Amino acid sequence: MSMLLSLDQITPVLRPQIGGKASALAQLARQGFPVPRACCLPVQVYNTYVDATGLRERILMELNRKDFQEMRWEEIWDAALRIRNMFLTTPLPAEMAAALTAELQGFFGTAAVVVRSSAPGEDSAQASFAGLHESFVNVRGGEAIVQYILLVWASLWSDAALLYRQELGLDVAASAMAVVIQELVAGECSGVAFSRNPNDETQTVIEAVYGLNQGLVDGVVEPDRWLIDRQNRRLTHVPPSSRPAAFQPEGETVVLRDLEPRQSAVPPLTEAQVWEIFTLAQQSEAAFGSPQDVEWTIRQGQIYVLQSRPITTVATEDKDQRPWYLSLHRSFENLKVLRRRIADELLPAMTAAAEALQQEELTSLTEAELAAAIRHRQEIYSHWVAVYWRDFIPFAHGMRLFGQLYNDAVRPADPYEFMILLAGAPLASLERNRRLATLAEQVRQDRDLAAKVRHREFDALPSEFKEALDEFLARFGDLSCPATGGQCQQGPEAILRLVGIMADQPPRPPAQPESAATLTKAFLDQFSGQKRQEAAEILELAQASYRLRDDDNLYLGRIEAQKTAAVNEARRRLQGRGLDLPADLPAEEILKALLDPTYTPQLPEKSEGTATAVIEQARQLIGQPAGPGLARGPARVIQAFPDLADFHHGEILVCDAVDPNMTFVIPLAAAVVERRGGMLIHGAIIAREYGLPCVTGVPDATRLIHTGDTITVDGYLGMVIIE
Amino acid sequence: MPSEKIRQTAPQGLPPEIRLLLASQQLAVLATHRQGQPHASLVAFAASADGRQLLFATTRTSRKYVNLQMDPRAALLIDSRGQTAADFHEAQALTAKGSVREVTGAERDGLASLFLAKHPHLREFVGAPTCALMALQVQVYEVASRFQQVLTYRFSP
Repeated sequence: MSMLLSLDQITPVLRPQIGGKASALAQLARQGFPVPRACCLPVQVYNTYVDATGLRERILMELNRKDFQEMRWEEIWDAALRIRNMFLTTPLPAEMAAALTAELQGFFGTAAVVVRSSAPGEDSAQASFAGLHESFVNVRGGEAIVQYILLVWASLWSDAALLYRQELGLDVAASAMAVVIQELVAGECSGVAFSRNPNDETQTVIEAVYGLNQGLVDGVVEPDRWLIDRQNRRLTHVPPSSRPAAFQPEGETVVLRDLEPRQSAVPPLTEAQVWEIFTLAQQSEAAFGSPQDVEWTIRQGQIYVLQSRPITTVATEDKDQRPWYLSLHRSFENLKVLRRRIADELLPAMTAAAEALQQEELTSLTEAELAAAIRHRQEIYSHWVAVYWRDFIPFAHGMRLFGQLYNDAVRPADPYEFMILLAGAPLASLERNRRLATLAEQVRQDRDLAAKVRHREFDALPSEFKEALDEFLARFGDLSCPATGGQCQQGPEAILRLVGIMADQPPRPPAQPESAATLTKAFLDQFSGQKRQEAAEILELAQASYRLRDDDNLYLGRIEAQKTAAVNEARRRLQGRGLDLPADLPAEEILKALLDPTYTPQLPEKSEGTATAVIEQARQLIGQPAGPGLARGPARVIQAFPDLADFHHGEILVCDAVDPNMTFVIPLAAAVVERRGGMLIHGAIIAREYGLPCVTGVPDATRLIHTGDTITVDGYLGMVIIE
Repeated sequence: MPSEKIRQTAPQGLPPEIRLLLASQQLAVLATHRQGQPHASLVAFAASADGRQLLFATTRTSRKYVNLQMDPRAALLIDSRGQTAADFHEAQALTAKGSVREVTGAERDGLASLFLAKHPHLREFVGAPTCALMALQVQVYEVASRFQQVLTYRFSP
């Protein structure tokens, strides 16, 4: 029995099986619009595939590890990456693959095609999935088409698509995907037409670029634009700033090529062609009975309609969350610009800000001046936190961009194998840990020195060791402030204690991923020519993204430490007045008390849970496997920075989120457990560097696990077992 | 989804997922042993309002009854599996551990009507002179969900 449906076999009742895109194309063909030859693979084939291979339940198990509402975007991305890899590494059952390949071969021969998503519920008047699911252009031959069908199916489970479906309240478990396979029409120019301008209903908008419309859809190529008044047919042409390049099919892919000067000089459409497309858009609107977004191309003077879908933004412009979901994904070009901005502007500015604050003498300020200084520092800190979210977090997408490229090219069994290629680059917090290790090694070798360190005889330390200590403090001292008790001791006490503990243990060098070079070569060998160069550039960008993901926290930590220092100075003065200040007193209360000597600071009221006769205990908790390995040991739960001071060798670090300023205890830890989820978050990165088992995204980790509990961390399966 | 009636009769004090399982499931797997040899059997069960007692009925000649006479310690597994692949992400399993005693006299009358309210078709069986009504006094519940997550709920003594 045939799996494919050609356009003339499709009737309107089939829409639930073939999705909006295929349905619209069939209707256009029926009504005589010029459309390329195409066929559709209905959702039934998707369902057969996921049932026969067990993929359906694997996907739902992956998504059900945790309540979707509780998942951070990073965790959703991680889940989406793992699901995508399931599709990449799960071929169609042999018989099905053979039959489908033969059918596709029979239908298209060796003609180049476009493989597009056509999910039911997609492109309806209520919801538009434009841009959320993937399309692949210039694919040739049955076998290759089947491979891309798997990727289109996988895009049903992309992070952006998952978030958007969640937003619309669609049932994730019932999701299925049909696929449209369409002959590629390599037009000389292409574009879109909105029969009604989403911003002005009296107009029709036409946008056109040379070559394929890839660049227009992705925003890489700026189009020529025509606005047409629907009433009086007045035409306004808005040319782009320039027309440097166009997307062309080449080999088995699509590349951006420079345009000839004679083409760059003129718009891609003549005025007659603009009117032809205008007419087409109006006809499409009439055919479907609603405003349409028509994608078209022109080859040798002949117009083809590639797809037509309802414009959803007419009514629901403000509610459309797609731009935001899509903005989570950054293009390579975008990331390159962001990288320069971060390296050349933002990090130097952060360093300067922290240094300037460090110069201020807090002790000599009056109470009012100190209050002003605290507010000033809070503002500076808030500013950089905003920058962190706006620029640093999106830059982390560099790792993801590379991860997807790597998985597509290599198809590894472990979807996080790509992390090995990123590690080994110098991280600022590892540099700090290395220096600590050097100091500890000196103590380990020298019994006399060890005794002095143990008894904190700072003045009796040999001058060489003292200098090394001072140098460490000068460079990292302000970072250790919040980490050694919430108060800046401005002395070597805490560092000495740490060095002492480390010296009592055998040294633990960071793990050295030996196979990084081999894997890098194997990865690059998947590409040739220009693509190989691009792959190497994306790897390099990803490595920068990986380093920054660690370092940005340290830079932010320095500014936070300055804010904390000012608050602590205020606490010191209030305690001098005889006030008893709880450790978790908000800064606002401290400020009030500082300015008003009669004010008694108050703790915010806490709502206590209703007491029950039942005692809840965790036996086994589920998170994400973020660092492979198995470890067992006593838990050290970090509720606040002072808890770190008690950290002992061989304990398992359990915390809400590994703050970079906490990482100095990682070389002492047997494993890491974190409430915050993600594979690419700070704690996971550092744990992998040290080869420690790590589980992230464990809900309520710091509530359900108690300091002293004996726990086992299974970093392979992402579980924590409490004895 | 459970009906409103089930919700109302669900035991209070325990987390909702446990109460729901206790109210919505009919059958449970009882584990006993004889000289170290484990024995598993399927029983109809009902829970007391606070979830501290789980009731089941058995004849005094049954293997489980004999086993429990020798060692009253037992476990009861209650789960929401539907025997499909979806169980791996949907099903929950609840293990109750404690010791079992036979209820007699006036207490038996009260608990029998609680048991029969859930299993009216067992009226004749429970009423037979050879049938014992048993109560598992639960010390701890272990609930497994999301395939691998396990939380325990211990009754304070």
